[in-house]
Amino acid sequence: MDRPEYLSSVRIPSKPSVASKFIEELVESLKQSQYSSRVIFGIRLAVEEALVNAVRHGNDCKEDLEVDIRYTVGDDEFVIEVKDQGPGFNPDDVPDPTAPENLERPCGRGILLMRTYMTDCQFVPPGNVCQMRRIRE
Amino acid sequence: MSQGRRRRINVENVGDVAVVTFIDKRILDEQNIQVIGEQLFALVKEEGRKKILLNFDAVEYLSSAALGKLITMNKNVKEVKGQLKLCSIRPEIYEVFEITKLNKVFQIYDDQEQALNDFK
Repeated sequence: MDRPEYLSSVRIPSKPSVASKFIEELVESLKQSQYSSRVIFGIRLAVEEALVNAVRHGNDCKEDLEVDIRYTVGDDEFVIEVKDQGPGFNPDDVPDPTAPENLERPCGRGILLMRTYMTDCQFVPPGNVCQMRRIRE
Repeated sequence: MSQGRRRRINVENVGDVAVVTFIDKRILDEQNIQVIGEQLFALVKEEGRKKILLNFDAVEYLSSAALGKLITMNKNVKEVKGQLKLCSIRPEIYEVFEITKLNKVFQIYDDQEQALNDFK
């Protein structure tokens, strides 16, 4: 993924309600920039999953820990970086949720959805930074 | 009752089937998902319902955490030898079930009538 230019940034506490508010504002911005509803659906889902990972798994829901979000709603693409203050993780350690033995596990699908709905999705070692890009279409 | 404990599902009885509709259009928020899960599980564990149909007609978004609750609900229903079916899932959300291959785990129907007809 080329080094993206982030034009907006926000720092939020590890609080799901604040993350939800950010997502609503982001969706409004995508609508104003006339992204298609299909693309917005995917971006919303992917960003939701990234923020849940950052708040719940990265920062362990500790409200004094913060999540740094940098993003750009561009003419051709949307880019976002989500950074938590946790120790990180190796995404390769997450089992394939579509494997028959994992199908009925209640968790572990977030990264699959992020990778499916975004054009690019990568975790920067040690894994506490998630960078995603979605081409507009 | 705190805001998070508000009823997040509606239940209508159609014969012996509990037909559940969701109050939230977006089942994304962690706290809501937790409450939705508790209210769904209570149908089985407290009210003893064995035939449950989840109607997603009003639902526009569903996160992976919500999928997790559905999987746990499916296990709860199986434990009591009941039946859980899903219906009226809009195409964008059905795609999420396909991506995660959960369309193979759940019995999913186009509409409520089809689903109701298939309860034994």
